[in-house]
Amino acid sequence: MKTTYDVIVIGSGPGGLAAAIAAKKGGADDVLVLERDIELGGILLQCIHSGFGLETFKEDLPGPSYAQRFADEAKAIGVEYLLDTMVLDVTPDRRIFVTSSRGGLLELHARAIIMAMGCRERTRAQIRLPGPRPAGVYTAGTAQRWVNVEGYMPGKRFVILGSGDIGMIMARRLTFEGAKVEGVLEVMPYLTGLSRNYVQCLLDFDIPLHLSHTVKRIIGKNRVEAVEAVAVDERWQPIPGTEEIIPCDTLLLSVGLIPENELSLKAGVTLDPVTGGPYVDDGFQTNVPGIYAAGNVVHVYDLVDWVTQAGITAGKRAAQQITNGKWQMANGVPTQAGDNVRYVVPHKVNPETLTEDTLMLQMRVTRPLEQPVRIEVRDGETVIASKNERYVRPGEMVNLTLRGRDYDAVRQAKSLTAAVVPR
Amino acid sequence: MQQYDIIIIGAGIVGSMVARTLSRYDLDILWIEKESDICTGATAANSAIVHGGYDAMPGSLKAKMNIAGNAMWDQLAAELQFPFARTGTYVVAIGAEELAALDELKRRGDAGGVPTEIISGAAMREREPSINAEVSGALYCPTGGICDPWAATIAAAENAVMNGVELRLNTAFEDFIWDSESANQRISESANQGIGETSKIVGVKTNQGDFYARWIINAAGLFADEVMHKAGVRPEFHITPRRGEYYVMDRIKVQINNVLFPVPSKVSKGILVTTTLHGNTLVGPNAKEIADKTDVAVTAEGMREIWDGAQKLVPGLSQRDVIATFAGLRPGGNAPCIGCATPYNKDFIIEIPENVAGFVNLGGMESPALTAAPAIAERVVALLQGAGVDLRVKADWNPIRPARPVFRHLDRKAQAALIAQDSRYGRVICRCETVTEGEIVAEIHAPIPATTYDAIKRRTWLGTGRCLGGFDMPRVVDILARELGVAPLSVSKKGEGSEFLHRRTKA
Repeated sequence: MKTTYDVIVIGSGPGGLAAAIAAKKGGADDVLVLERDIELGGILLQCIHSGFGLETFKEDLPGPSYAQRFADEAKAIGVEYLLDTMVLDVTPDRRIFVTSSRGGLLELHARAIIMAMGCRERTRAQIRLPGPRPAGVYTAGTAQRWVNVEGYMPGKRFVILGSGDIGMIMARRLTFEGAKVEGVLEVMPYLTGLSRNYVQCLLDFDIPLHLSHTVKRIIGKNRVEAVEAVAVDERWQPIPGTEEIIPCDTLLLSVGLIPENELSLKAGVTLDPVTGGPYVDDGFQTNVPGIYAAGNVVHVYDLVDWVTQAGITAGKRAAQQITNGKWQMANGVPTQAGDNVRYVVPHKVNPETLTEDTLMLQMRVTRPLEQPVRIEVRDGETVIASKNERYVRPGEMVNLTLRGRDYDAVRQAKSLTAAVVPR
Repeated sequence: MQQYDIIIIGAGIVGSMVARTLSRYDLDILWIEKESDICTGATAANSAIVHGGYDAMPGSLKAKMNIAGNAMWDQLAAELQFPFARTGTYVVAIGAEELAALDELKRRGDAGGVPTEIISGAAMREREPSINAEVSGALYCPTGGICDPWAATIAAAENAVMNGVELRLNTAFEDFIWDSESANQRISESANQGIGETSKIVGVKTNQGDFYARWIINAAGLFADEVMHKAGVRPEFHITPRRGEYYVMDRIKVQINNVLFPVPSKVSKGILVTTTLHGNTLVGPNAKEIADKTDVAVTAEGMREIWDGAQKLVPGLSQRDVIATFAGLRPGGNAPCIGCATPYNKDFIIEIPENVAGFVNLGGMESPALTAAPAIAERVVALLQGAGVDLRVKADWNPIRPARPVFRHLDRKAQAALIAQDSRYGRVICRCETVTEGEIVAEIHAPIPATTYDAIKRRTWLGTGRCLGGFDMPRVVDILARELGVAPLSVSKKGEGSEFLHRRTKA
């Protein structure tokens, strides 16, 4: 079997497939995708709800259909792939060790690697949820796999902790399946997922959302029997006297996602402690030459379309790099998070590669502002670009697109600071 | 009627070491455990330390058994092929006022012949750069070490079963069966409130029926007091569980090289920060007396307490790097010490009670019982021998328990060879801890079959990593169902009542 490739992509979710296709189209001779599951598509395969592709295809597709379009295209243009294959190790000199039942242990080598491992769910340990450890405490994504892929209901009476998108989508899905969803508890005073999911998944099904509430403890030794819910103050501390026992047999957690970068770390990639993903330039190259990262492995996106876009950029740049042989991450203009901005991706903009039509800065805000705001990118006091929004919410990413007309200013800038200011 | 020579009640580390040690002799042994797997009580959740023995009260059984047990671990690990590392342990004094406590511990160690050395704060900082900068000194005990209590218990238990011990899971002790003559006598005695002649136990009643034996051994851990009370032994002895809560840290983010104890408090050895055989740093435990012997909940207060305690030793830790929380129970009781110079009432009980024949009584098996377990087992043998039990070593006794392959511990070449032999070792099921299908299947068909998710977890370390099983769980349920020939709906986390799934989705 062939073991040397121009580009190897780790993960076949939307970021990985888009990157593989773009790399192949961009001139990479051979492109290999490594996928640990038995089909291409990643987590999209368990996202059987619609809402995918509104930007990319101007169509409203279920997750598996969205993935299938990319899988079909990848196969059609000759992208190779290995399924049911786990990556064990990646080295800074771009060797990849993989294992599978069929192929055994293999050492592969790539001229460029695109990390597209996506993200994983935060667990009860990460929010230090009190209580014993019965069956019936699952992350929303695990429950989603059971229901949508395996065909099993993990319970009949649910409480959902966290207003992340997967949790809200599962609230609706479980209701369709005849389960009772007692409610969604959110420790923050605002929604952490998309507003549209609140409307379509909770409001439309009369599932209550309790903001500023959390689970004080899980009850039940073998199986969950109830949770004790409690209201919290502005410092997330339980307010005595507000406790309520909610009987249920399952607690789903939708309390955030973490970019999955254990392989990146093995490869020597440096991570941003705020995003949990690699520091990347505008081509999604990491600090390790020839190693790129695309999609939720970089930071957690709100819409699949942006993941696809990121994959395309990373794939295209990886292919260009192979052709032009420029390996080092350039000393670009650093981006910075300003007022009410938690982070900005990319972390660095390379003036030499500002030849694309547009450059999208993506950010998340620290706190919601339910009023008209302006998103600005400044170099010191000079505003380089800006746009208006009706509101900003932490659950919804903010994108600001820089265009050709802005590039002169970008090239001369010391840094690019993104900020959200009230209008 | 099922007649045995010996019945052992309880399959924690003590029961397992007793079973394994007695399996050496030509005896019919029945071993009962109320849970669906071995190693689920106090043994399942603790600090995983093999203690040097410097801090137990000199003269106590705890001190003697600790020191004797500690010395046995190298041979045990070699024979039973489980991981063990004699790393040495440290008790760390922060600030000058804590230094005196080190001297007291050193004195205790010297009394028992335990090697210890007091090192300077600077030396401690050198060995553990992330230690609190105000470290003033440390007691170093080179014979201390770390183990995996799951691996050690399961290996010992498996060796016992390989050597003919009959293990019955899901079998709960309910009461003793008395020799009919002595039973009558016992009733008249209790009516007279006097201690008369010896009564004799001849069997046990369980939820799975009655079993008879010449000797019954109480290794019931947290429930040892209830068992001995049914025998009419030590009615004043009570086990008061002290719960300890823990954090497990991400091994990629936190690298602690040593076993670090604070200076001990009156109730426990204190909240430690320690490395483990799996490379994860472990933080905890606190010590909270509770009433319920099954309450292993973590609490908000407890987690705050262990975090404060841990930061005293290693201030740079971040709660963001916590990947798991758990709690365990210390089965400590109020047994007086016979050999102690100063009054001490937290000793082990290892005895054949005077007024009950056919009964070996073990109790108060809190720390350092894990370390001491092999020595306790030898003492049980000595007690039986002293009572006239004919112990003949079996010609075919095999002390070796062959370890099964652990994919992640092999080098690339050995991994490839293993996959070539059995392709299921090529399929990774637990991504964080790199556990393969081959390892899972091997445990399901092992001498003590793993039949639940938690049983597989204890044997393979699967599901203990960053995602806490979110990735592997549906896959493991599938594999368990397939290998056990049952429906996924009946696959459980830890036995009946803890099934993962409720029903199929609509067609």
